[in-house]
Amino acid sequence: MSSQAPVAVQPVPRGGLGRMVGRRTVDWLPALLVGVGIVALWQGLIVWTHAQQFLLPKPTSIASAFWTDKHELWSAGWYTFQEALGGFVLGSGLAILLALVLARWRPLGTALLPYAVAANAIPIIAFAPITNQWFGGGLTKSSKIAIAAILCFFPVLVNTLRGLTSVRPQDLELMRSYAAGNVEVFRRVRIPTSLPFMFTGLKVATVLAMIGAVVGEYFGGALNAIGVLILSRSRVFQFNEAWAGVLVVCLFGLALYIAVAALERAVLRWVPSTSD
Amino acid sequence: MSVVKVAGVTKQFGQTTALQGIELEITEREFVSLIGPSGCGKSTLLRIVADLIEPSAGTVAVNGKPARQARTDRDYGIVFQDPVLYDWRTVAKNVALPLEMARWPRQKRNERVREMLELVELQGFESHRPWQLSGGMQQRVSIARALSFEPPLLLMDEPFGALDEMTRERMNMELLKIWEASGSTIVFVTHSIAEAVFLSTRVVVMSPRPGRISEVIPIDLPRPRLATTREEPRFFELVTRVREALHLGHDLDRAVPPAQEATA
Repeated sequence: MSSQAPVAVQPVPRGGLGRMVGRRTVDWLPALLVGVGIVALWQGLIVWTHAQQFLLPKPTSIASAFWTDKHELWSAGWYTFQEALGGFVLGSGLAILLALVLARWRPLGTALLPYAVAANAIPIIAFAPITNQWFGGGLTKSSKIAIAAILCFFPVLVNTLRGLTSVRPQDLELMRSYAAGNVEVFRRVRIPTSLPFMFTGLKVATVLAMIGAVVGEYFGGALNAIGVLILSRSRVFQFNEAWAGVLVVCLFGLALYIAVAALERAVLRWVPSTSD
Repeated sequence: MSVVKVAGVTKQFGQTTALQGIELEITEREFVSLIGPSGCGKSTLLRIVADLIEPSAGTVAVNGKPARQARTDRDYGIVFQDPVLYDWRTVAKNVALPLEMARWPRQKRNERVREMLELVELQGFESHRPWQLSGGMQQRVSIARALSFEPPLLLMDEPFGALDEMTRERMNMELLKIWEASGSTIVFVTHSIAEAVFLSTRVVVMSPRPGRISEVIPIDLPRPRLATTREEPRFFELVTRVREALHLGHDLDRAVPPAQEATA
């Protein structure tokens, strides 16, 4: 408050976009080198040991299969991605709603959460053949959406609930001094506090959604789905094509993860570690 | 008219008596400091006035209303030892928080936030995040927030406790300026004798086990108080008085037979 006070702390410098990207590239370089190294080693080992194609195909063979079948692979991947995305949105959405309810009525949370955790320990994937029949039959999209949704549900629920209840006591005390109602406490304190936790859950869920959709398809799905494609190619010993399918699954899973991570960065600009 | 009236307040935490038989009346435009060693219940008393916790017995009136009603009417602003700023809000939005909650229209809100940031000399930091500011600046944001809706009463719980001595003395000067400009009544909890004497119209000395008021010392130092006030003989006299009152409280404590203390 004295005259020289406002210069006490300099704002945290924010580099231009170009500088940020530049630094990122440098950050990514070690990982990129490791990746290239692994693929080269893989290729080299197979050439050197003359390993059978059905055990492990060469990266170059996978790449060429990928290139040849790219249209079919892409459309199959897209089909499965839609299932995964549907499951992700549905499962995460329901989980966030339930987390809000459980955080608002704490006794309900205390009563239900142990079962939620126990249910989480059930290997949902093992039920895929059965759940395929529950939700509209094995060939439908909705049965895969259901499996993906169930897989996404728990990590998002547990993390969001933890965030909603990890509020600093003094933050609540300030709200109390303003005579804030429950809705306001949620809106102004609990939900903002929970967001970093929620995004952690969502990022885990992106990967699970893709797994759920693909494994669901292994137990029966539309012909133009990537899981079905991987399964049918490996049955007729087209391992290069099967591996190319796995690669497509990876790429779509990664895309979903990156999209959520980007959303996180945009929403959580106020967290010191994300705004550097 | 009394702004705060505490009558017969006792507070039990389980077996511990944090406060016993507290009587205190604070009138308009007073600056009252509560001082005492750790465990004397000074923060507890402030929280009871704020209706953040309830007394086990006794009554508290703020602006002639029960403390609960005064809280609901937003009759006081509070500053904690920790600035309690929300990281997800910018500095300006933190100051605007109570105004948003009181449903002030945006235009009026922005105007007031600008005024308040000017008052605490943080113009230019509107869009900074709290963690980009120093501790002293954060506490100034917290004070601006507490004053933004012009509450008749300002409650401060060791607001400068975490600051270094030099920053603290500067903040003391600024707080007096704000107090004189805003015309509010202040109840101020502190550990520091010099701070209490320098700021207050009255110093309430408390002693522990059980927490009680051992003496109320009026501070007759001339106003406005300046940096040189701290060098006046009268200032040292009053500091000594408060120190002695604090030690007297301790001596009484020591006079309790050990057996009785063990069961207390």
